[in-house]
Amino acid sequence: MTQPVNSPQFNARAKRALEDVSLQKALSRFETGFIERRRAAVARLPEYDALRDSARDLKDHILGHLDLYLEAYEKNVTASGGHVHFAATAEEANEIILGICRRLDAKTVAKGKSMISEETGLNEYLEANGIHPVETDLGEYIIQLRGETPSHLISPALHVTREQVEADFRRVHTDLPPGRNLDEPASLLAEARAMLRDTFLKVDVGITGANFLVAETGSSIIVTNEGNGDLTQTLAKAHVVISSIEKVVPTLEDATLFLRLLARSGSGTELTAYTTFSTGPRRPGDPDGPEEYHVVLLDNGRSGMLGGSFQEMLRCIRCSACLNHCPVFHAVGGHTYGWVYSGPMGAVLTPSLVGVEKGGKLPNASTFCGRCEEVCPVRIPLPKLMRNWREREFERHLQPATARYGLGLWAAFARRPALYRFASSMAMRVLGWFGGKGRLPALPFTGGWTRHRDFPAPQGKTFQALWNKRKAAR
Amino acid sequence: MPDRVPDAVNQEQMRVGLFATCLVDLIRPRVGFAAAKLLEDAGCIVEVPSQTCCGQPAFNAGDRNTARALAKQAIETFETYRYVVLPSGSCAGQVVVHYSELFAGDAIWEPRARALAAKTFELTVFLHDVLRVAPAARYDGAVTYHDSCSGLRELGIRQQPRKLLAAVEGLSLIEMKDADVCCGFGGTFCVKYPDVSNKIVTKKTANIAATGAGTLLAGDLGCLMNMAGKLSREGSPVKVRHVAEVLAGMGEEPAIGEPER
Repeated sequence: MTQPVNSPQFNARAKRALEDVSLQKALSRFETGFIERRRAAVARLPEYDALRDSARDLKDHILGHLDLYLEAYEKNVTASGGHVHFAATAEEANEIILGICRRLDAKTVAKGKSMISEETGLNEYLEANGIHPVETDLGEYIIQLRGETPSHLISPALHVTREQVEADFRRVHTDLPPGRNLDEPASLLAEARAMLRDTFLKVDVGITGANFLVAETGSSIIVTNEGNGDLTQTLAKAHVVISSIEKVVPTLEDATLFLRLLARSGSGTELTAYTTFSTGPRRPGDPDGPEEYHVVLLDNGRSGMLGGSFQEMLRCIRCSACLNHCPVFHAVGGHTYGWVYSGPMGAVLTPSLVGVEKGGKLPNASTFCGRCEEVCPVRIPLPKLMRNWREREFERHLQPATARYGLGLWAAFARRPALYRFASSMAMRVLGWFGGKGRLPALPFTGGWTRHRDFPAPQGKTFQALWNKRKAAR
Repeated sequence: MPDRVPDAVNQEQMRVGLFATCLVDLIRPRVGFAAAKLLEDAGCIVEVPSQTCCGQPAFNAGDRNTARALAKQAIETFETYRYVVLPSGSCAGQVVVHYSELFAGDAIWEPRARALAAKTFELTVFLHDVLRVAPAARYDGAVTYHDSCSGLRELGIRQQPRKLLAAVEGLSLIEMKDADVCCGFGGTFCVKYPDVSNKIVTKKTANIAATGAGTLLAGDLGCLMNMAGKLSREGSPVKVRHVAEVLAGMGEEPAIGEPER
């Protein structure tokens, strides 16, 4: 695991995020846009829910026969002149890519957006080995300048405000006139494009991710909005696709099913501006294209999820709908989750890939409001899977002692109805006395509640006691 | 409505076990009495057997053994009734949706859990969809309604409380922005992640205030206590009540967080 895991510090990171004025400004700008666009896009597609059912069933079928589809995919990549490299770990994936770069004597590589490369920490690894990666997606380019990691699956610089981007560009693009106008997002985009043009023309290797891998043709598919992915993979000597094993789909027609769901669920658009299929290297007679085509397929713990309690998580197509609809994500942003993936999908996937000891805080940081499951295009039961992780934690005594014993004490009473009635009557009578004004601004052992809220005082007697009294009087 | 219960057979058919839920039992018995009144007015015979917790806190904390023990206790307590009614979407969801999950594959308890689930209803669903009654109540003023997450997404409760409220004389409903977005309660979430919870409930109270309504209603006491506690801390004049209280014509009694008279 190359990317460090800071998920155990979720609470401290959340506190910092809540106090970060600029982050809160960026988050409040983002909160409603994706939701409204998705709602409109879904409303224009009457068969949306039927497509979700098909997508869920198809993913379950693929995951049940993943070995067969990966073999078919490898065979067809090879037949088209490409190479498939299976990497069990992040380190292996990085070494394979470094090997390709070294063989081609590459000094600079262009990169399209890839979350798998975030998982392997590819950029840091290449830098440490003397190779300069240049991110070509605008959002990724911005966070590379800032030395950060993406905070969202499809909108990696979501946490950055326009003002911050302007300041970063002025800091880094020192060759350009200092008086230039960068007030509009369009002018920032134009400047980044101009800076990147040169990179595309001089790089030896272009690395992209893949949204889907098609077994029947050996093709990889990327969806982008800026066209940077096409330039990255077409102009370089070698195109390296870094992806993971669960991204394979049987046929091109199957891929279109997921493509219809992906953009609508995530960005709330019918399609992205570009949907690019690449199959093997340049063929004789092709006007352009790479001389070499490689696919690095990362496992990194995924095969261990097959057949287990968390297999359903491998249906995920990384659309970001669950992040976009999560009240916790809206409050604290993606970096608070402390590793590559955030929001509800990150809360389930992170412990699967890094272990529940390091990732266990994340599935606890949910109100179980269920909005994520409601919008998931492949119907992953995210709250159920988060609860599964809490069960694993509980079994292994990994939860904080206060929570465990507090609930244990409650359960001890709740399992003994007579004792419960007696103890609850006494406790509520006492609380009722103290709560003469109707609200309690502070109570022992309830700092988590009363730091921000009053505690509404109980009426003083329990319902069961009052009901039995009424019944006796009748 | 005596015409609904013409004979003893029908009386047995309308025997309802009221599962008050922990928070109603401990904090706000008024909601239990409101629920009982609504059911009795509709011709039900209401009984309140000795009861504790449905097990939801243990279930969501990952403690399946305790959740199962409490579920068995609740099944034994309530399975003899014709119907079981809860004034809470999340506790009803626990019984209706999750009990059968807890006993999946258990030859004895899974069928019993499913049988109980089939006759268990959240209060507004039971009044509107099963009994098909309209409340005879008056409440003067504008209210806004928060959709609690479990009721909304596990049981599909959205129209039922609104339809029932539409029949209350003098009441007007003003919808808030994001009525279907979580209030930040989340059971133990609100004390385990207090700062995040506070951020979420602060957005909710702003949306409540923006409606100008004088009363906030919802169907789950946990969410209501969270929002009432925040509104009280903010010094808001908005009164907070369980929807059952208004439907039962008990809207004159002290609101949540107000002193008892």
